[in-house]
Amino acid sequence: MSTSQGEPMPDRDRTTDDESTTRASGSAAGGPPPKVEPPSIAGESVLAPRPATDTDIEREMGRLAAASGDADGVLPPRPATATDLGHEIEVLGSAEPLAISTIDQPPPSAAGDLPAGPSRSGKIRIGDRMFRGMSIGSGLIIIALVVAVGAFLVVKAWPALSKDKANFVLSRDWSTDGKVLRFGIVDLLWGTIIVSVIAMILATPISLGIALFITQYAPKRLATPVAYVIDLLAAIPSIVYGIWGLIVLAPALEPVQRALYHLDFIPIFDKKNVATGTIFDAGIVLAVMILPIMTAISRDVFERTPRQNIEAAWALGATRWEMIRLSVIPYGRAGIVSGAMLGLGRALGETVAMYLILSKPATGAPFTPSIFNGAETFASKIANNAAEFESPTSAGAYIAAGLVLFVLTFIVNAAARAIVNRRKEFS
Amino acid sequence: MTATIAPPAFGASKGSGRRKVKNNVMTGLVWLSFGIALVPLVWLLYTVLDRGLHAMTRNGWFTHSQRGLTFTDPGGGAYHAILGTLEEVGFCTLISVPIAIMVAIYLVEYGNNWLARITTFMVDILTGVPSIVAALFIYALFLATLGGQFAGVYASLALVLLMVPVVVRTTEEMLKLVPNELREASYALGVPKWKTIVKIVLPTAFTGITTGVVLGIARVAGETAPLLVLVKYTPNINGDLFSGFQASLPLMIRDQVNNLGASYGLNADGARVKLHNYAPDRLWGAALTLILIVMLLNLIARLVGRFNKVSN
Repeated sequence: MSTSQGEPMPDRDRTTDDESTTRASGSAAGGPPPKVEPPSIAGESVLAPRPATDTDIEREMGRLAAASGDADGVLPPRPATATDLGHEIEVLGSAEPLAISTIDQPPPSAAGDLPAGPSRSGKIRIGDRMFRGMSIGSGLIIIALVVAVGAFLVVKAWPALSKDKANFVLSRDWSTDGKVLRFGIVDLLWGTIIVSVIAMILATPISLGIALFITQYAPKRLATPVAYVIDLLAAIPSIVYGIWGLIVLAPALEPVQRALYHLDFIPIFDKKNVATGTIFDAGIVLAVMILPIMTAISRDVFERTPRQNIEAAWALGATRWEMIRLSVIPYGRAGIVSGAMLGLGRALGETVAMYLILSKPATGAPFTPSIFNGAETFASKIANNAAEFESPTSAGAYIAAGLVLFVLTFIVNAAARAIVNRRKEFS
Repeated sequence: MTATIAPPAFGASKGSGRRKVKNNVMTGLVWLSFGIALVPLVWLLYTVLDRGLHAMTRNGWFTHSQRGLTFTDPGGGAYHAILGTLEEVGFCTLISVPIAIMVAIYLVEYGNNWLARITTFMVDILTGVPSIVAALFIYALFLATLGGQFAGVYASLALVLLMVPVVVRTTEEMLKLVPNELREASYALGVPKWKTIVKIVLPTAFTGITTGVVLGIARVAGETAPLLVLVKYTPNINGDLFSGFQASLPLMIRDQVNNLGASYGLNADGARVKLHNYAPDRLWGAALTLILIVMLLNLIARLVGRFNKVSN
């Protein structure tokens, strides 16, 4: 499975994060777990949980080490408790998530709460309290970090924004070196969005195809290497994509671009005499770069298609494509959308590849909707002018652009998460 | 990986006319999309290997810097850049890993309340923060506000923002996979919670966490945007993370891009001749070195993952 991937994925329900499940009888009746094992497998009575002993722990550890294989990879919503660990587990550790906050209600089994000897218990409480404090502190650091990112960008952008003599949203000017600050983001917004949209248009169908290929078409022997190869695309640093796009791909795409000039009655294919470094080139490289994350998310939801739905489609005599249309696609729709949005978030913020590939349009050139023209994105604009950052006011203008980019990606990512999470509640 | 559920034997021949055609067309398209995805990967890897291998295998690549060399001078290596990359990424790892693991412990072992939900949300947001925004934040905080000078350490700090969410996510997944019974058995023996986490939960999930850490390192090793904003390139060896310009592989690549044009000089007879340009060699050599480092890390992560004790 791809849990080792850095990319976030729709995570399973919390089942193991709760230590209060020792109260077996009460919790086991909480609801039917998705996959109910017969309560006694090895003829061992399991209904009466017995106190764990030293040897029990040893034994469980040994079993745990042995149970490293994927027991059953098909039924997705199953408790994290590995079913092959032992049978009393099904009773002891309830498969249902118990929403009990350990902070308000410490687990009765925690040693610190047992009426142990006063001297011992006091010591333990200190250790527990310190450790909990450290981990909560780390959580707070993360929150503080994100808040600080927003806050510092606002604080540093504000002086430049207040001195901006042009309309920040609608102006096409960008002059920050003189006495008078005049800058606006409309050109950057256009460049960022058009490049990302081209990448999305190219990458979405292909990533869906690959995800279907891996989960539905390829034989298992082929599926794993293919998934690995697609992950390799994600491992290539963006600057390498950048130099490849600049030196190899853009010249190779020039004939394609010239062929598309024949369609110049459509405004976006207007001929602009820019040979390489066009929005078109950058969009294609960006499509390759966002392909892995979009594939990973779609693959993840396609793999979770309930087996019953697939088998029902087969039973109705569906062809493979009909089966996919009837069971896989409807089940995975939210995942597809959120995968596409996460890809979009990645595309909006991609810096170095865009910075190397896109040629800068001349200052004051009239606006054109053509994709055969140079452009600047928020990120490439900032990277292009990193040398100008010595003066605080001019840096402020770029920080303002960075703030807009931060807000854009924030909205796109939050929306993608919201879709994933909503889907999870229903599935 | 879900095993492909095979259609029943008669299912393959099911469908007639339009349905069959449609099915075949879609099958073709799905195979085609896989083929299309392979094109850039193979093309890119071939390019980098073809153009970078001889530069990388040349004598001195791993032991020499670019000090005093222009792009028409032969020789030199990437030692300064490799050193800088290792230092910056190493420092970033040193800061990120403890924070990330503690956050994951908090989310899995302690958190089931509003604070944990906010933290989870913030980790998600951090995952999506563009690297250039992370760089601007460090710039705004340490350089513009606290008056720091360009140095490798600031690039490391920006990378921390990018690495922490990756490690938190994988560690969280791994801790969730640790069976509750282990925790319960430990509690039953009277072991306090923190000791249970340190001695039982973390060791059980150790390989999984290692995989996450290595993937996190691989993620930030190739990042360039923070380096562009927060540290300046130098062809000299600078082992000091905390002051002065420092090279790194991405910045070395970036530096060579400037020198790709042709250059002319005078030969012994005074005639104007085109000089050999060594910049492309160095550019692709550095790119290949960077890819190899990142791929090696990914490979290590996968190998370590094989030995994982807990599995889903």
